[in-house]
Amino acid sequence: MGIISRAFQGRPRDHDEKLPPGQYLVHDFPVLSAGPTPRVPLDRWEFAIDTPEGEVHRWSWEEFQALPQETPTVDLHCVTKWSKFGTEWKGVSLDVLMEDVESAAEYALAYSHGGYTTNLPLEDLLDGKAWIVYEFDGEELAPAHGGPARLLVPHLYLWKSAKWVKGIRLLNEDWPGFWETAGYHNYGDPWREQRYQGD
Amino acid sequence: MEHLDYQDGNALAGPLSEIFTFDVTVAQGTCAGCGRRGALAELRVYGPEPGLVARCPGCEEVVLTFVRGPKDAWLDLRGSVSLRIPITE
Ligand SMILES: [Zn+2]
Repeated sequence: MGIISRAFQGRPRDHDEKLPPGQYLVHDFPVLSAGPTPRVPLDRWEFAIDTPEGEVHRWSWEEFQALPQETPTVDLHCVTKWSKFGTEWKGVSLDVLMEDVESAAEYALAYSHGGYTTNLPLEDLLDGKAWIVYEFDGEELAPAHGGPARLLVPHLYLWKSAKWVKGIRLLNEDWPGFWETAGYHNYGDPWREQRYQGD
Repeated sequence: MEHLDYQDGNALAGPLSEIFTFDVTVAQGTCAGCGRRGALAELRVYGPEPGLVARCPGCEEVVLTFVRGPKDAWLDLRGSVSLRIPITE
């Protein structure tokens, strides 16, 4: 046991508690890329949800904008160890998008322009935990950060928040995505430090 | 002017030298996407974080990925039909 108690070290406790194990705080917004940045014109933008039962739900940009909007403020945790607190977004909750979707599926695969994919249990997209966002910090989302629209699932490592998202495929079986098949953890909970396969 | 967001395939040399005893950049690869053949040095390499992603200069499909964790490394040759490796006697 240390001879100086934690309370006397003058650590900002609230930051400690908001920072998952192994992470450090940044104030900029690093860009990581696994490929060329897609440019998606809004008149050709579409978001789709499809189910194993054969249902397909589609929204054009206009239809998407007409849905109830939310402005979540969330902390981001990247698997490369940076975290960013209090990021402000605008978009549509997956609860709204899933409202009329009837399916027994338990898994989801988000897929993007440019071919990126990432998988997660469907329940991680529901109950106020995930959004399709198109504004960051009061401005339209830049292509480098996933614009026109990206998935935002802040309770998992940021690679799950697919940039340039095009749709979500609901599945009866789990279907590991791009990084999940390349060595990264299938679930990616920052609080359990699930970075790599086997963590 | 837009800056290049990738490096050429020589960026694979250092990381993969930990795994292979030969210089991977001189190996000839065949892309599973378009059939293009060429030295791995010609690939477009994105990353290095969260992992190296090497794409075909012809069709931009992923030829290989390389993720280096603290205890394991993962080499995924998902878009590669074959690698031809020069052997010196
Ligand atoms: Zn190719």
